[in-house]
Amino acid sequence: MPESTVILDAPAIQRALARIAHEIAERNEVGAEIVLIGIPVGGDHLALRLSKLLAEIWRQPVPVGILDVSMHRDDLDQRAAPKVFPTVIPFDVTGKTVVLVDDVLFSGRTTRAAMDALNDFGRPKKIQLAVLVDRGHRELPIKADFVGKNVPTAREEKISLGLTENGVERDEVVLLKK
Amino acid sequence: MAWNRKHLLDIESLTADEIVTVLDTARAFKAVGERAIKKVPALRGKTVVNLFVEPSTRTRISFELAEQRLSADIINFTAEASSLKKGETLKDTARNLEALNADFIVMRHSASGAAHFLSRVLNAHVVNAGDGAHEHPTQALLDAFTIRARKGKIAGLNVTILGDILYSRVARSDIWALTKLGAQVTLCGPSTLVPKTFEQMGCRVVHNIDDAIRDADIINLLRIQHERQRKTMFPSINEYTQLFGLNKARLAKTKPDALIMHPGPVNRGVEIDSDIADSSRSLILEQVTNGLAVRMAVLFLVNGGKGPQELTGN
Repeated sequence: MPESTVILDAPAIQRALARIAHEIAERNEVGAEIVLIGIPVGGDHLALRLSKLLAEIWRQPVPVGILDVSMHRDDLDQRAAPKVFPTVIPFDVTGKTVVLVDDVLFSGRTTRAAMDALNDFGRPKKIQLAVLVDRGHRELPIKADFVGKNVPTAREEKISLGLTENGVERDEVVLLKK
Repeated sequence: MAWNRKHLLDIESLTADEIVTVLDTARAFKAVGERAIKKVPALRGKTVVNLFVEPSTRTRISFELAEQRLSADIINFTAEASSLKKGETLKDTARNLEALNADFIVMRHSASGAAHFLSRVLNAHVVNAGDGAHEHPTQALLDAFTIRARKGKIAGLNVTILGDILYSRVARSDIWALTKLGAQVTLCGPSTLVPKTFEQMGCRVVHNIDDAIRDADIINLLRIQHERQRKTMFPSINEYTQLFGLNKARLAKTKPDALIMHPGPVNRGVEIDSDIADSSRSLILEQVTNGLAVRMAVLFLVNGGKGPQELTGN
């Protein structure tokens, strides 16, 4: 068993999401055409939670979509094929401000793939990025607009996010050391 | 992730998990086909050779479109216009294609085992698009996909395959796939074309059509393959239609929610009444749509597979 440390427990995750929701509300005007798009696995559930929090702040529903990025990855011939999830974007993204939601920001390659994939659905007015954890080690010039927690990590460490939506007992972000 | 294979050669060697992985992946690719922009960059920069040594229209077109939607570069190679006609061996033809840096070879061939042979002599990914009377794996995967999409499951269903089983690679691949996924498969047709030996594959063999389709949830009709037939398998097409053709009277005695499939091309008035082929119980055109998604999924999955050595690595 690798050594593991809890970096965010359930209340901390909920607080981080509440703060991100307020920051999104602060950065974007009320009634601005904001949509949230989560990246599976993890980001899709976080996007749903953020949408509820934002709806309370703005008192209007905030649409949520799911964007699978695996067909747009740049390492497809260097690894076993990733699990592909259906993309569900039940609205037009053209002209909207899209907040991409991911669980962990690492190399930035998933975000790049997401922006590429999003292109096929229209031309958003703006794209912003919200992540629960930023663990560093960027390989591309990408930066998150909203971060739940910055966690300094070693490259070979792993971060795992457990959410009750995925059937685990309680929400938890864990750092696994090698 | 339950997929590490570099090739798709047959269904026989796949596990139920691997089959389900293809079906799940295909579901995402089906959604891609429903978007305004139906193309993804998954195979950008890769070259696919469609080596169709035996004639084919729908499978070749389906593969071609699947490859285009994955952004691959494509070379089409047909037997009529090829150096195989000039006496070149299959191995040399394939080696020449590989010398052009082909990354994938999708092959249809009249000899059973041709795809396995290519996979042993080439470094490219090989996808079997039908080899002789052996297997047609993507057809079985699209059939399984279509059944699962309509019935919500495969385990526990009664699937009857009707027609020319002996010469049918579709039947063999379907039997492997559906029995691995837990369906009960019944085969029916003239005893010359549906020998009892198929019971060894875990099927029920029946020679009376009414018995075969009474409890079926899915009736999968196969074409009589004139090109593979010897002359003496049954007396006449007319007699075949009388004894084994699916018509309204026979369909009326089946379960009301039994659905009809056919891999095409359909011989209307031979194995199936024209009206039934066009009815709401027919999944024939859905099979075509799903075939595209399944072939995209297969190419996507084998692209990431490095071969059996990786199975222990992860």
